[in-house]
Amino acid sequence: MSRVLLLQGNQAVVEGAIAAGVKFFAGYPITPSTEVAESLAEKLPQVGGKFIQMEDEIASMGAVIGASLTGKKVMTATSGPGFSLKQELIGYACAAEIPLVIVNVQRVGPSTGQPTSPSQGDLMQARWGTHGDHWLIALTPASVPECFELTLRAYALSEKYRVPVILLMDEVIGHMREKIELPDDYSEFPQAERKQPDCKPEDFKAYATDESLVPAMPAFGSGYRWHVTGLVHDETGFPKGTPAATLAAANRQRAKIENNLDDIVQVENYRMEDAEFAVVAFGGGARTAYETVDMARKEGLKVGLVRPVTIWPFAEAQMKELAGKVKGILVHELNCGQYVHEVERAVNGKVPVSLYAKYDNEPATPAQLLEEVKKAMAAL
Amino acid sequence: MRQEFRLSGTGGQGLILAGIILAEAALLDGKLAIQSQSYGPEARGGASKSEVIISDEAIHFPKVTKPGVLLAMSQDACDKYSHDLDKDSVLITDSLFVSKVPDFGGKVYELPITHSAREGLGKILFANIIALGALVKLTGVVSAESLEKAVLNRVPKGTEDKNRKALEIGMSLIK
Amino acid sequence: MNMEEMINKYFRPGRLPHIWCPGCGNGVVTGCVVKAIAKLDLPKDDVAVISGIGCSSRASGYLDFNTVHSAHGRAIPFATGVKLADPKLNVIVLTGDGDATAIGGNHFIHACRRNIDLTVVVYNNSIYGMTGGQYSPMTPTGSKATTAPYGMIEPDFNLTELARAAGATFVARATTFHAQMLSDLIVKGIQHKGFSLIEAVSACPISFGRQNKMGGPAEMMMWQRDHAVPIAAWDKLPEEKKEGKFPIGVLYEVEGRKEYTEAYDELIAMAQGGK
Repeated sequence: MSRVLLLQGNQAVVEGAIAAGVKFFAGYPITPSTEVAESLAEKLPQVGGKFIQMEDEIASMGAVIGASLTGKKVMTATSGPGFSLKQELIGYACAAEIPLVIVNVQRVGPSTGQPTSPSQGDLMQARWGTHGDHWLIALTPASVPECFELTLRAYALSEKYRVPVILLMDEVIGHMREKIELPDDYSEFPQAERKQPDCKPEDFKAYATDESLVPAMPAFGSGYRWHVTGLVHDETGFPKGTPAATLAAANRQRAKIENNLDDIVQVENYRMEDAEFAVVAFGGGARTAYETVDMARKEGLKVGLVRPVTIWPFAEAQMKELAGKVKGILVHELNCGQYVHEVERAVNGKVPVSLYAKYDNEPATPAQLLEEVKKAMAAL
Repeated sequence: MRQEFRLSGTGGQGLILAGIILAEAALLDGKLAIQSQSYGPEARGGASKSEVIISDEAIHFPKVTKPGVLLAMSQDACDKYSHDLDKDSVLITDSLFVSKVPDFGGKVYELPITHSAREGLGKILFANIIALGALVKLTGVVSAESLEKAVLNRVPKGTEDKNRKALEIGMSLIK
Repeated sequence: MNMEEMINKYFRPGRLPHIWCPGCGNGVVTGCVVKAIAKLDLPKDDVAVISGIGCSSRASGYLDFNTVHSAHGRAIPFATGVKLADPKLNVIVLTGDGDATAIGGNHFIHACRRNIDLTVVVYNNSIYGMTGGQYSPMTPTGSKATTAPYGMIEPDFNLTELARAAGATFVARATTFHAQMLSDLIVKGIQHKGFSLIEAVSACPISFGRQNKMGGPAEMMMWQRDHAVPIAAWDKLPEEKKEGKFPIGVLYEVEGRKEYTEAYDELIAMAQGGK
């Protein structure tokens, strides 16, 4: 049996988390993500899970790392200012390879900015917010049902690759209510599993890997005792500061993601079959773009939408391919222009890439975006 | 067919809930609906709006760009949210709070919404449900049955009869 | 168990020697932690040791338990996550005075307030040792530090009073001179159901002692002997004689206040019963 519900994006994330088997949430109240915390405070104990409101955003991030070490699936949720505070420990989670999911419902920044207004200004923060070279995954839902689906996917990827996954939402998607159909019983959803060691505890090396390059991760208390550190470490898990160990750690952490881009990177194409011009948009911005494409098509313009669902790692191959297919590309984002630089880099001058940046705290209307599409097409 | 509604007033009048109920009634009718809102930092007071789009087809852009109906339950909200009305739009006001009605060329219904809540039910907090009754009677956007069901799904236990009455009162305001 | 047996059982092979300077008190404190675990005969798999960043926090890497060398100031949040997610683990936090009371100060008071069952051992050497001798919130007023070349003008924290006021239910202090007492207090802290603080007054001859002309490691131990007063004697001491001295022993202990993870289990029962 299933239920038809009218849910906010934030609530759909919660349903996705419960379906994924999340058993621990630590967070701190912040608009516009607070509904995620409120709802999990109610639902987690019902499934035997734990919710804790920590004293700050940093502590929330620390607590989810700690809980993940016990083998639980964990989540934290925040918005821009809190996301900034979490960055140091996001780096820790990358270095120590701790599976966890961070929800960031973006709002207008910098600083306190506009707590209840949408933005996609944290795009680069999601990729490069913590210090040092690091590799992680960020997914961007564009609808309420997709909030549910991508939360499940976030856990699948996070557990499989032992990497933090950011669910990079925006206020448009987080707060709007939309139809979603959910089964009454979540047990049908596959539960992502963490790789376990197949050796004896005394032979266990915490960061030794097979060809997947992803080390096994036994839970604390399981009999495999290991050391977790944010210092550069070798396959034993203990600090090692040699150039060779430094290089090996960085290369493996990169390769475990970059060798698997086909699995990780998802891009949706909308009316692209015969498109001569592409709009690239994601999250809340894509909602405008779908309608703009429909309007353009009614006017006989061969426009399609390319929507990165995986926002990081960057959809390099897909954008390169797109450059060979269309005559021009317009990137639409709710910031002054962040993703567009990545697209420009990939397209590398093959076709013109223009930007429709909307950063006045309201999403663009379909008519506004259509106007920009027409301008860009006229300039080809 | 796509219909767009903007329900506005003062924070605390229950208009976000009214929008949710309207959208849920549309789902019960088998249609698609999106509800969104904007609000200031204050939980009470300040102009707030709840927008609902109802359609038989996929709704992509979630914000109202061409309001078919604007419900304004405060003068502030009426002033702030009526800028994009046109001659095809309908404005419903709560006559207790809205005295200055904009001239946009369309139809205006000045209804004693809060007044009826106080007179008919003894509590002004039913004003949002009365407003929904009037709005649905006027537009027929959802069936009366689905509206009642959606209201009863959302209101506190023990208040069902009063809420049914509120819907009736609202519908009776449209002659 | 003699020292060698203890090292073989509880220290990770190949991880020693440690990084601490000759004369540093961190080895004594870490030894006391291990002796306490040995005395209680806790299975190694059931112990999680979480440390922050700093000299003392290097201890976690040497010990053969489930160990985390977390980030600066964040040992307590990590430990809170471990403990709440798996309450059967004995969670011991090893942290320094700067780690616990400056960058981690907010976490410290809130963990006290929650009364979560962590045993927090604060290695208090009055200084940031790893970065070379900067003042911490527990550097005594008037002391020299590389960032207080004219002497520390800020008042220092009384950590045990802070913990008590914040809601900790077991609060104790000892010094590396009083190593047996320190180990016994850690035993009590682990046994205590609720938040336990054990402040371990420890010497940093290189980064604190030298700047403050306190002599070598032995003289600094003598300083501990001469300034620490057992709590029973302390309570009888006239106020004017307390100046410059500090009490050691169990300073505060309260039974019966609800422990956080137990309270949470009751919450789960309520949430599931209410379905």
